[in-house]
Amino acid sequence: MGFRSEEMCLAQLFLQSGSAYDCISELGEMGLVEFRDLNPSVSAFQRRFVSEIKRCEEMERILGYLLREIKKENIAVPEAEDLPAAPAPKNVLEIMEQLQRLEVELSEVAKNKEKLERNLLELTEYTHMLRITRTFMHSRSRHEALGPQYEEFPTLDTESVTGCTSMQRLGAKLGFISGLIQRVKVEAFERMLWRVCKGYTILSYAEVDESLADLDTGEINKSVVFLISFWGEQIGQKVQKICDCYHCHLYPHPENDEERADIMDSLRTRIQDLQNVLHRTEDYLKQVLHKASESAHSWVLQVKKMKAIYHILNLCSFDVTNKCLIAEVWCPVSDLTNLRRALEEGSRKGDATVPSFVNRIPSNDTPPTLLRSNKFTSGFQSIVEAYGVGDYREASPAPYTLITFPFLFAVMFGDLGHGVVMTLCSLWMVLTEKDHTRRRPGNEIWRTFFDGRYIMLMMGLFSIYTGLIYNDCFSKSLNIFGSSWSVNAMFTEQQWSNETLQTNALLTLDPNISAVFSGPYPLGIDPIWNMAVNRLAFLNSYKMKMSVIIGVIHMSFGVVLSVINYIHFRQKFKIYLLFLPELLFLLCLFGYLVFMIFYKWLAFSARDSRLAPSILIHFINMFLMQGNDSTPLYPGQMGVQMFLMVVALLSVPVMLLGKPLYLYWLHHGGKSLRVHRGYERVRRVSEEDLSTSIVHDEEEGLSDSGGPQEFDFGDVFLHQAIHTIEFCLGCISNTASYLRLWALSLAHAQLSEVLWAMVMRLGLRMTSKLGVLLLVPVFGVFAVLTVSILLVMEGLSAFLHALRLHWVEFQNKFYSGTGVKFCPFDFSLLPCVFEQDGLL
Amino acid sequence: MASLLFCGPKLAACGLVLSIWGVVMLAMLGIFFTTHSAVLIEDVPFTEEDIHNQQSPLQGVYDLYNKVGYNCFIAAAIYVAIGLLSFCQVRLNKRKEYLVH
Repeated sequence: MGFRSEEMCLAQLFLQSGSAYDCISELGEMGLVEFRDLNPSVSAFQRRFVSEIKRCEEMERILGYLLREIKKENIAVPEAEDLPAAPAPKNVLEIMEQLQRLEVELSEVAKNKEKLERNLLELTEYTHMLRITRTFMHSRSRHEALGPQYEEFPTLDTESVTGCTSMQRLGAKLGFISGLIQRVKVEAFERMLWRVCKGYTILSYAEVDESLADLDTGEINKSVVFLISFWGEQIGQKVQKICDCYHCHLYPHPENDEERADIMDSLRTRIQDLQNVLHRTEDYLKQVLHKASESAHSWVLQVKKMKAIYHILNLCSFDVTNKCLIAEVWCPVSDLTNLRRALEEGSRKGDATVPSFVNRIPSNDTPPTLLRSNKFTSGFQSIVEAYGVGDYREASPAPYTLITFPFLFAVMFGDLGHGVVMTLCSLWMVLTEKDHTRRRPGNEIWRTFFDGRYIMLMMGLFSIYTGLIYNDCFSKSLNIFGSSWSVNAMFTEQQWSNETLQTNALLTLDPNISAVFSGPYPLGIDPIWNMAVNRLAFLNSYKMKMSVIIGVIHMSFGVVLSVINYIHFRQKFKIYLLFLPELLFLLCLFGYLVFMIFYKWLAFSARDSRLAPSILIHFINMFLMQGNDSTPLYPGQMGVQMFLMVVALLSVPVMLLGKPLYLYWLHHGGKSLRVHRGYERVRRVSEEDLSTSIVHDEEEGLSDSGGPQEFDFGDVFLHQAIHTIEFCLGCISNTASYLRLWALSLAHAQLSEVLWAMVMRLGLRMTSKLGVLLLVPVFGVFAVLTVSILLVMEGLSAFLHALRLHWVEFQNKFYSGTGVKFCPFDFSLLPCVFEQDGLL
Repeated sequence: MASLLFCGPKLAACGLVLSIWGVVMLAMLGIFFTTHSAVLIEDVPFTEEDIHNQQSPLQGVYDLYNKVGYNCFIAAAIYVAIGLLSFCQVRLNKRKEYLVH
């Protein structure tokens, strides 16, 4: 895990042009280093390997199309067994060719399929139309007047679409237009026809029972077959135009029944043939996609790695001979041997004549921060880093967070039953983690909970502990050791009698009577308090004092941690001028409050509890520096308090003026010291540790930027004044802030009690015969509400508040968190665009 | 056989978890009631008459305790049945998922 960032160094890689690709591929597989951009002023389109990246993007486009088609056919893409490495440049063309061929084939097949489907639709519609208009004609042919006459007269075929039958006697031509129109448009169509043609048309229509898909929009809607019979050519043209307007599909109307039967037969065979061909086409498409899906995953990975490598190559610069690529990387010092080995491996793979090598160079820039973590500590690391990544070589609060965070959560959550449920849930996630990490479900909320499974496990275990201390299990207390309070003793000592019981609603157990109270409960709160009416008064006092004690300890710990930073960055003066006054201020005031709390607990017993003074009054009087009339807590209290107040007050100006004055003296007064420091500076020029101290003290001037550093006393003084005010006022507000530990645990206990009283009690109090069956659903409701309100809502709330206590109250005592995180070039860390789109 | 499956995998899993929790918690509650734990006094449905009108009110309260305890045990038994049902559903769901692929 690491208490501070690993030591990092800046290194130059000299890569031979031929084997540069392979070297970087090796580095990407191992994920050791972070590359720096050596061409920041060059735009993306002017870089060296732009054409290769364009080619990769073309391949990605084709792969995207391929994956979309595969997904449409619901074919699963199997994951590659072992992850493929980035392909060598000579194999790239092969992959490109394959992909292009696949794309062409797929688009052709898709186009053919669409044409066939369109054809099929037309034929089907024609069939429906013929079938339905036959019923029109036959129903009409019952009117003998018009029917048989049609067959006597010769047909005059003037237009291909409209079938004409001439009625010479009337001198007008009877025309037919038939086709299909969408169901929703029929009424408007009819009305339009009536208005335009003024009764010279007859429209008959019937609905098609089979709903057909409209190929252009992809919707499935009902169609209606219509038959328009009209007189006159002008009318015919008008009808034609109206039909076009309403997007009707028109089909030629047959003259007579034989023709109709012939056409229907031929249509039937054609439809069958088409369906056959369509099936074969679909099968072929599926086959092609199936074959492609086998290698789709490895192609995606290979293209991703290739693109990443070219991107990195773009960050490098070419040297003058153009034979060698130079790259600058941040590398952890401990990984330098691995880096060398990776370069050797890459050179070997690329058949390089000259091997690539690495050279460590000194640098003044602040390296990025690397804190190694395993699967257990990475969760805690990420919640610390969410606030801010630590500066380089700064003490990290993460290892302490492993324990303090679950503990503070548990203080706010403290319920044995809920802790058990939380532990079991997180234990399940931890034990099945292999399946879940492999499967990678897309739900983000689940992902968040899963990544925090170890945090949840710790929180659950600690909650079990605090649940035992608070003696709270689903709002009921467990009587493990036997209560120390005895009601019987009140009777035997003649305090109570039966009349007392009958005449009083509430009675008080007096611990001063012998045998009533037989000593403290071995672990936690006595279970009898669960039944006491004044339970909250007792628990509130206890929890509030506990919160203040925990808070002062936590904050003092934070102040002490700052010493580690001062010692490491060799700023010894800060220990005397910053750490000591801060610690004294905190301990003299709030440490004394903690002392008073413990003293009152120990010094006053049940006998003189009435005489016990209020700590808060004494504390306030200490600030006001006035003695009060009540008896002191202990002899000599006034003197001790005066002394502590004086020490605390004196530490404020030391905090305020100490550091600025010392630095002023360093820069202007200590000339001899400065020369001495100059030698030290030259000697230490390559030590990165020292160079980072400029991040902390811009005014310190230990960098070798040459010449006397600008020392702005006003700036330093202002900073220090702000820091002093923040610390001193913050002490009070932060201590009060820790009272949220009490507040949340009270809220949790009360919610839990209300849930039991309002839900579970209903089921338990049932006395009727069938009432027992009510207990089953009541328990179900109780369980669901417990999980949703008490576990999820209260759990998230306690998580948030514990996190806030860490981020603000604890970390602002020593942590600056303004660093940059180390992001190594690692193929496994690169996001996959297709996974994000859900295609893979 | 397919008609025996009436809930999806998630509902079946929830049912199983709920049943296990129900069995454990109701069994323990039943034990605590039958051992006349004082902490659970509020959940026992005794009334004023039980205390005043009976010869031995203590025994009456104990009887009520036992009754509630037996209720809890019966509910735990019902949850065992629900648990078995959910377990069957989970297994059927797994088999169905296996068959499709």
